[in-house]
Amino acid sequence: MSLPRKLQYSLAINEALHQMMEKDEDVFLIGQGVKSPWYVGNTANDLLDRFGEARVVDTPVSENGITGAAVGAAIAGMKPVVIHPRMDFMFFAMDPIINEAANWFYMNGGRTSVPVVFWGIINRCGEQAAQHSQAIHGMFAHVPGLKVVMPATAYDAKGLMIAAIQDPNPVVFVDERMLYGLEEPVPKEMYSVEIGKGLIRREGKDATVVAVSLMVHEAVKAADILAAEGVEVEVIDLRTVKPLDRELILNSVKKTGRLVIADVGWQSFGISGEIAALVAERALDALKAPVVRVALPDCPAPASINLEKAYYPTAEDIVLAVGKLL
Amino acid sequence: MDYPKDLLQQLYRMMVRIRLCEESFVEPILSREIHTPCHLYSGEEAVAVGLCSALSSTDYVFGNHRSHGHFLAKGGSMKAMMAEIYCRDSGCSRGRGGSMHLIAPDVGMLGSAPIVAGTISLAVGAALASSIRRDRRVAVSFFGDGAVGEGVFYESLNFAALKKLPVIFACENNLYATHMPVRECRVNRPIFRIAESFGIETCSVDGNDVLQVYEAGRKAVESCREDSGPVFMEFMTYRFRGHVGPDDNIQGTHTDIRPKEEITLWLAKDPIKRFEQYLTENKYMDEDGLQYVKNEVMAEVQEARMFAKNSPIPEREELTKYVFA
Repeated sequence: MSLPRKLQYSLAINEALHQMMEKDEDVFLIGQGVKSPWYVGNTANDLLDRFGEARVVDTPVSENGITGAAVGAAIAGMKPVVIHPRMDFMFFAMDPIINEAANWFYMNGGRTSVPVVFWGIINRCGEQAAQHSQAIHGMFAHVPGLKVVMPATAYDAKGLMIAAIQDPNPVVFVDERMLYGLEEPVPKEMYSVEIGKGLIRREGKDATVVAVSLMVHEAVKAADILAAEGVEVEVIDLRTVKPLDRELILNSVKKTGRLVIADVGWQSFGISGEIAALVAERALDALKAPVVRVALPDCPAPASINLEKAYYPTAEDIVLAVGKLL
Repeated sequence: MDYPKDLLQQLYRMMVRIRLCEESFVEPILSREIHTPCHLYSGEEAVAVGLCSALSSTDYVFGNHRSHGHFLAKGGSMKAMMAEIYCRDSGCSRGRGGSMHLIAPDVGMLGSAPIVAGTISLAVGAALASSIRRDRRVAVSFFGDGAVGEGVFYESLNFAALKKLPVIFACENNLYATHMPVRECRVNRPIFRIAESFGIETCSVDGNDVLQVYEAGRKAVESCREDSGPVFMEFMTYRFRGHVGPDDNIQGTHTDIRPKEEITLWLAKDPIKRFEQYLTENKYMDEDGLQYVKNEVMAEVQEARMFAKNSPIPEREELTKYVFA
């Protein structure tokens, strides 16, 4: 038997786009920099040559107008993927994303769905400062009518992109530039990862760490460190932020009695608070210790690398957090 | 210009349908039978009717907050609209949208929404879909003079011009953005000139003359179908009623500061009266014929209203029926 094929996280996204654009003529890619690896890395490799300018649409810098155009095309029956090479740029596009796309199906009594993918890349670190580093998945998850997915692995990057494109409703696909180089087994054939389902990345009985995106990798590292000390940590990879896989979280917490939440976003009013509230509402009796959150401090992203080190939590912070619970 | 009598009668009937429908809301709004904010289209009928008559049912329209007229002119059902305005489950948006969210995808009315300028980019997107599929459909975006204050308007003009998209930007300039006269919103230059600077074909049209609108609309649609890129049309018109509801002043907000002389001047340019005069002078219809249409439409309006009032309201249990995430 040959070894499974390995592929970079970013090329897994690229493969998803190739396969979906090949399969379905209604799928197209639009956004700032789709011709430029400087913006989108190698995620758009060879798409332009293969599918032409009509379906691989590089655009002027007009996030609001272009995102609205993607939403309008989706209302007219296409399946656009609109890319924002830095999530920060999506603030200009909040109106078409939230007022229009998220509300459209409900406010029109289910007459038309909006099959659009809003793709935003988190670009943490690199001394890029406050407007080139933000992770705003929690804001999107707050809004009824948006699904939010955040792949941590190359396998999920491909499977969730395919699922997002196939979904009849708006999906915010949030990936992380820091993961683009990750090489992992990715099947060549087309497959999708179910939206709304998390996964236990590592089983354990002493504490649960619910993590998302890049923090899944930090959580697994932390679990390795703690295993050496005889502590068995269960790591949950959310994969989808919304709809949240509530049962997976609750079952794990009922088993371990301890919960750490590791998010790539800010601590206050974000997804870590939502998960803590879920457990408080439905599994309080199971908790043997308070919930601990490992997330970004309530502070804009700094530039200086020294401040970045203080800003971004790592496996070490998760180890300390679990340590507090035992 | 010689027009087929059928077409002229259709234009007339549709304008009357919109007017009588709109005016039928006045009493129920004042008596609080209708609560949803209604931005009445009375006075602007020639724009929607003239332009939509130049479209086919597979072409696309996006509207704004004042879209009762766009909906009907594009072929939407009066009963479905009336029921939506009464927020009933039989409404076009199942009582979830109200007056400002009218949709009829089967006739190309893709939706309307009250975020000012919010649907301009959506219409550009529908035109982009048409251009990718090469199915020759044209998209129309209806918006008011107030919308040209929004940034997305400019982004949309630029992108549509750049990609030569088959979209018609239909600016209904009724001289007011809610309470604010256009002269207080921008320097005194015609709005259509803005589009010229993006390399877009433009025209300014008397929006109270249905035949002028229809003629200009036909040219614009033809140009879009020939892949000549977008067209910007500015329609000069006037709303007979308040920004929202029958009369801002009667309803207590006292925000309608429009001078009486101005209102009188525009009432004299009533697009329906003007067209009636044209029809009778050119012997396409006589007074009896006009009255016959009005009677028929009045019966239709009353039937639609009864349908709406007798329709069930959405059930509490179905609050989240259309929620998927």
